[in-house]
Amino acid sequence: MKPQTEAELAEMVAGTNGPLRVRGGGTRPIGAPMAGEVLDMSGMSGVVLHEPGALTLVVKAGTPVAEVERVLAAEGQRLPFEPMDHRALLGSDGEPTMGGVVAANVSGPRRVQVGACRDFLLGVRFVDGTGRVLKNGGRVMKNVTGYDLVKLMAGSWGTLGVMTELSFKVLAVPQAEATLVKRGASAAEGVALLSEALGAPYDVSGAAHLEGRTQVRLEGLAGSVAYRVDQLRKGCLAGFDVVEGAESQALWQEVRDVTPFAEAEGDVWRVSVKPSDGPKLSEALDAAGVRHRAIYDWGGGLVWLLVQPGDATAIRPALAAFGGHATLIRGRAQAGVPVFQPELAPVAAISSGLRAKFDPRGIFNPGLMG
Amino acid sequence: MEMPKPDLAVLAKKPQLVKRLLQVLPADAVIHDDAETRAYECDALTAYKCPPMCAVLPSSTQEVSDVLRICHEMGVPVVPRGSGTSLAGGALPTADSVILGVARMNAVLETDYDNRFVRVQTGRTNLSVTGAVEQDDFFYAPDPSSQLACAIAGNIAMNSGGAHCLKYGVTTNNLLGVTLVMMDGTVVEIGGAHLDSGGLDLLGVICGSEGQLGVVTEATLRILRKPEGARPVLMGFDSNEVAGQCVSDIIKAGVLPVAIEFMDRPCIRATEAFAKAGYPDCEALLIVEVEGSDAEIKEQLDLILEIARSHNPVELRESTSAEESAKIWLGRKSAFGAMGQINDYMCLDGTIPVSQLPFVLRRIGEMSKEYGLDVGNVFHAGDGNMHPLILFNANKPGDLELCEAFGADILRLCVEVGGCLTGEHGVGIEKRDLMVSQFEPDDLDIQMAVKDVFDPKWLLNPAKVFPLEASRLRRAG
Repeated sequence: MKPQTEAELAEMVAGTNGPLRVRGGGTRPIGAPMAGEVLDMSGMSGVVLHEPGALTLVVKAGTPVAEVERVLAAEGQRLPFEPMDHRALLGSDGEPTMGGVVAANVSGPRRVQVGACRDFLLGVRFVDGTGRVLKNGGRVMKNVTGYDLVKLMAGSWGTLGVMTELSFKVLAVPQAEATLVKRGASAAEGVALLSEALGAPYDVSGAAHLEGRTQVRLEGLAGSVAYRVDQLRKGCLAGFDVVEGAESQALWQEVRDVTPFAEAEGDVWRVSVKPSDGPKLSEALDAAGVRHRAIYDWGGGLVWLLVQPGDATAIRPALAAFGGHATLIRGRAQAGVPVFQPELAPVAAISSGLRAKFDPRGIFNPGLMG
Repeated sequence: MEMPKPDLAVLAKKPQLVKRLLQVLPADAVIHDDAETRAYECDALTAYKCPPMCAVLPSSTQEVSDVLRICHEMGVPVVPRGSGTSLAGGALPTADSVILGVARMNAVLETDYDNRFVRVQTGRTNLSVTGAVEQDDFFYAPDPSSQLACAIAGNIAMNSGGAHCLKYGVTTNNLLGVTLVMMDGTVVEIGGAHLDSGGLDLLGVICGSEGQLGVVTEATLRILRKPEGARPVLMGFDSNEVAGQCVSDIIKAGVLPVAIEFMDRPCIRATEAFAKAGYPDCEALLIVEVEGSDAEIKEQLDLILEIARSHNPVELRESTSAEESAKIWLGRKSAFGAMGQINDYMCLDGTIPVSQLPFVLRRIGEMSKEYGLDVGNVFHAGDGNMHPLILFNANKPGDLELCEAFGADILRLCVEVGGCLTGEHGVGIEKRDLMVSQFEPDDLDIQMAVKDVFDPKWLLNPAKVFPLEASRLRRAG
């Protein structure tokens, strides 16, 4: 089914027994395999409101990310949370949509400074599992009116409801950007340097370590960027080179889209840990005999792991010593290895309780999140 | 404001309840004498008062769990309380409830500069979280104006903001994890020192749930390195429209101040008379603050001042010293006190799209004449979070009701122009009955369904957030 309007969607949902596979652009085939009819949201597309002076953008959920980026760029603005494009990594086609970005709470390197997709989502309209059209939040930046279901919908992978309209806070593209970069550090050394940079008063907007390269991004007014580059090079980032403009942007696109793993064979896991635990997780995997490659973003707190499918069972036991969560982003789910991090019993009970309220018949992406 | 009738069956259980609470808490942590429970009869919304059946002051997550389990078993409502600074009546007791105060739980449990977080017990005050890390040049960003007194527990319950959240975000953007005690006593850990959730974002819905889903006893909070410096600039304009346009142009320009504060003429005059900060007598005044090194501050201010000049300000005052900076902030920080000198006031908290500022201010001025009550406006303009202060005389019969009706009209206006009832104070009881002007019945139903999951018996923080009529069947259930 392919609804063109919210009312049409509500009617379709009310009139079906499902199951439905909710799809935006279909570029993020992540999660347990599911049966069901495709609910294609690409028909509900378009910018509803863009108010540059209020930093506000409202779009229909099926709007392509590329269209949003064009509209924002025309006013010198952007999506601050820098959503990843999964296509290269997952070998998928199609156009990523804003609904898909929100459903997966997709956030890139700037998450470490400004926050995640969920932090910039101001409001949401959605259709629940009984066909009711619901709204939460709004289009203003500060809103504590009632429970915050906006956060709950972000990252719910379409399992709570089908989002139809989304409001975002956007920000201006800064005047300048520069990246400090150095090769040769080990992961532990690199993450220690990132930690020092993030703990300095210089408003770092990206902190990653990949392929033996440690890189730190600064953005803002040109004079300010130059000053902070200088200060960091005089301090904890001594010996780092500076790259600017397009060259700097390319370095961060590589991190954002996990490009080094795109062509490589193997499963890809996305792991969120306390930043200093990132390299330790890798060491624990080494100790367990799990051959892997790792890319560290968010100052070490976001670890992308490339492993062989046979080693899938080893990831979460190694992670258990540190806490955090791991999601299988690319690779086949297998017995005993769910795609999403299993929750402890009381938390799992809350999650399934919420799903039963939002989608009592269990028709939206059933089983996708395990 | 209607509150549910106390449940006589629950009131009759008081002796038995006290006995059981004393089995799990020390004697000095169970307050049940009628004279002493009066200390908990209200929060900062002092127009409404009701002593609870008793108050408990647990010292650990285990004690909180024990208390909740007992109350759950006995069917006794529980009102969680941080420091009692809510302006919305978020911690107002009912006569048949137990106040659960977290004030004794104020320890810093862990400080980790490498990973930039602290873990604290939630009775700790907002300002003392920063106090625990500022010797190492770190700070906790959300800064509600009650930060000297308000507890992290209340900040999480209300998703508190502050003047500087334009840059740093509100509580939910700075909260990494919580220890949550559910109404049945179950203790759950949500989030932690890592970012984001591996499943549904429960942390996101717990923050701002006004103590209705569980009691948060410990919190992992993001801390940041202090900027090298900060400096405000003051601008006066001869119309609200122009000041509003200036705000819009500044945030569009790609320079992100940490705060943009707005005061209108009634508020400027009141604060001038009270604090003598030397503010110009003009229609609208902005205080814009930026952060960084001296050179970075100058770079940002040059851009901001250029924008301001294009709007023909009647006054443009740059600070050149810490004393001058303090003087610029003096009036703003004294504004509430200054208005309080004139009369009693009710502080509203509606948020509007920034583009609607001039229209809303004009309408508030017109309504002020219709109601015959004065209003001063002082607020966080960068994010549209208004704080109209309506002056009234609490001793004059009917004045409070008139003031509440005026306030309700202002909040409905905020919703009409695309905003919301409350930006940072919360709904509590104060805006409970106005929820129907922002939400359709189904929108409220799905929120209440969330409470059904966390607190099926509807015992936590009764009679808040949802209109009594909307929640009647659930509460009876």
